[in-house]
Amino acid sequence: MVVMKPELAFGWIIPEIVITLSAVFILLLSAFRRKNDIGRLAGGVSLIGAGLALFFTCRLWNSDIDIYNGLYTIDNFGLFFKALVLVISLLVTLLSLRYVEREEMIKGEYYALLLFGILGMMIMVSSNHFVTIFIGLEVMSIAIYVLCGLLIGNPRSAEASLKYFLLGAFATAFLLYGIALIYGTTGILDVREIARYVTSGNFLITPAFMAGMALLIVGFGFKTASVPFHMWTPDVYEGAPTSITAYMATGVKAAAFGAFLRVFYTALYPFLTEWSGMLWVIAVLTMTLGNITALMQNDIKRMLAYSSIAHAGYILIAFAVGDRIFSASILFYLLVYTFMNIGAFAVVILLGRKEAPNTGIESYAGLATRHPMIALAMSVFLLSLAGVPPLAGFMGKFYVLSDAIKAGYYWLAIIGVLNSVVAVYYYLRVIMYMYFKEPEGEIGRMDLSPAYAVVIVISIWALIHMGIFPRSFLLIARESVNIFM
Amino acid sequence: MIEYIPILVLLCFAILIAVLIVGASHLLGHRISRKAKLSTYECGMQTIGPTRMKMNIRYYIIAMLFLIFDIEIMFLYPWALVTGGLKMFGFVEMLIFVAVLFVGYLYVWKKGALEWE
Amino acid sequence: MDALGFKFILFMITALVVIVSSILMATRKNPIHSALWMIVTFFAMAVIYLLLNAQFIAVAQVMVYAGAIMMLILFVIMMVNMDKGDEKDTTKAPWSFGKKMAAALLMVILLVELLFGALFYRMTARVGDYPADAVAAAGNAKTVGALLYGQYLFPFEVASILLLIGIVGAVVIAKRNK
Repeated sequence: MVVMKPELAFGWIIPEIVITLSAVFILLLSAFRRKNDIGRLAGGVSLIGAGLALFFTCRLWNSDIDIYNGLYTIDNFGLFFKALVLVISLLVTLLSLRYVEREEMIKGEYYALLLFGILGMMIMVSSNHFVTIFIGLEVMSIAIYVLCGLLIGNPRSAEASLKYFLLGAFATAFLLYGIALIYGTTGILDVREIARYVTSGNFLITPAFMAGMALLIVGFGFKTASVPFHMWTPDVYEGAPTSITAYMATGVKAAAFGAFLRVFYTALYPFLTEWSGMLWVIAVLTMTLGNITALMQNDIKRMLAYSSIAHAGYILIAFAVGDRIFSASILFYLLVYTFMNIGAFAVVILLGRKEAPNTGIESYAGLATRHPMIALAMSVFLLSLAGVPPLAGFMGKFYVLSDAIKAGYYWLAIIGVLNSVVAVYYYLRVIMYMYFKEPEGEIGRMDLSPAYAVVIVISIWALIHMGIFPRSFLLIARESVNIFM
Repeated sequence: MIEYIPILVLLCFAILIAVLIVGASHLLGHRISRKAKLSTYECGMQTIGPTRMKMNIRYYIIAMLFLIFDIEIMFLYPWALVTGGLKMFGFVEMLIFVAVLFVGYLYVWKKGALEWE
Repeated sequence: MDALGFKFILFMITALVVIVSSILMATRKNPIHSALWMIVTFFAMAVIYLLLNAQFIAVAQVMVYAGAIMMLILFVIMMVNMDKGDEKDTTKAPWSFGKKMAAALLMVILLVELLFGALFYRMTARVGDYPADAVAAAGNAKTVGALLYGQYLFPFEVASILLLIGIVGAVVIAKRNK
């Protein structure tokens, strides 16, 4: 038996190594320091680790290489998503610095698991091999199952953790079954090899292969919170610690879309006509159900959960169109979506207290008179989520919808536009509460520590910048999706 | 498949012996039926409340940790078979694997999860 | 009796055991009984793996699933409140006729799909690098080792991190500090 020794390509995975070492360091720190006072140190280490990893990731830009016998790939597509999840981890860590103190969470493990989750996302988006994609997905998921339940003593948090774990395990099983069926019918696990084999003429499409494809859609659909696999989203987003909700809504979604896109735009691209119809239906359902249910929510975290479902639907528009160049707009949308969502959750965290999470919409009444800056920031995020012009959210939607029109998917575009109109209502409702309602209770002083302010300012700046000059970011996204050509 | 015949024979013997012992005691044993014999315990006090109780969660931690290190050992077996050909490379790759799990062990130990208190 | 016929009969028996014991597992009222039927399923699965010449997986199945995971499941069953274990659950209303019909329909659709998939199954896959003879010649566990510690080294190392997260998760969730 010949052993295929992989080459020692440590230079290409420095970002992953940095993240792993930081997480392990934090873990050991929390083990050897009995007292729970390591919050700052752990937060600092994870900020430095994520920052360094981001730096090294950007240095690798424009490389295209397979390492470890093709089990891992460094290409622009993976690097784009890696950089995106690292930015998310930086922002979420900044948000967490004060939040974990306030909620008296276990600090060391919190940061360590946060970094391990990022590691999983980085692995799953930068591989062309099903085995690596799957194990990256598992690393990410298990870390997040635990993170959801870290509000110890809070039954809602435990419920969120359990619910996400059970349903997530189920969805993972679907995904694995899909991979197994595709492996069984092609005998290959590398997505590019599959694409080559199925177009070579020796391959005959069978029901088993189709079932595998459908099961992959179920598995990824769960992670991206698409209807009808979205049932877990509102409960989990509501029960989880708010910083983790922001992390899930942006990071998990970005990583899952990354892997989803890579698998479907390479291995399964020859079967575009088969899956495009399926995704068309899912996109329409996701947008419509997400938006209509969001209309009825009185809890801001639940509203944002349904809004995140709806946004997955907009992203699926471009996905279902199935043009490889147009997939750049998916990447751009995910980038924009990250900033507006993290910003909105930052404000939700600011308003919360240990005793009272203040997530009801009435807590926002009269915010503009008490804290005009925070109300203004929240309005920017909500208007961007709604897709109001000078902000980046508009550009994201514009690119996605124009792709649909260019490719001739008029109905999809029309449904998308109608949905954005519906969505404006529930975003404006919060703004209306902030500016035109009398406050019902005293919220008290805001804990405006620099960490929160930095996150909010960065998000607002990014939204305005990307809204006015979207071109350069779209070009980066174009370069990333070049690997599909 | 033929190499499993001894296992099959062993299995048959095991079943046979079990059936023989239980059957023999059933056939040859001397049985007296009394009311006291049917009560919950033949010695000690009458039970109060439900006999089923909640297990301590510590059992669960121990079981979970056992499971994880059990899987680690599972990985060691195929490694041992090929490590001769892999030389230093094989040693280092397993060292990294074990080192990561050793961090986990240190964590568990220092957190006091192994103490019964 | 030739080896192939023997294998076929053995497969039929174990497959039947797997199906029956898993149905019994799903339908038992008492969770402990379910767990015991699950052990039977796991053992029968191990036999099927053996029939497929996957000795390593069969041993792993017995050690990890029938051994460690079963123990964990039993602990979990004992940990939750068992007072109402075998009583009928009266808090939930029984399924309405429509719901039952919908479930039955779904079941029929899935079965038809399965049948369809099996009937129209064609060997479309490329012949892999490890056909059965090569694996049998080298020994299954050795083949697994050569692949796992050679070609699949990267996911293997990531698996150690997965296990580490498992450890941390178990301790964080189950251990009450303070």
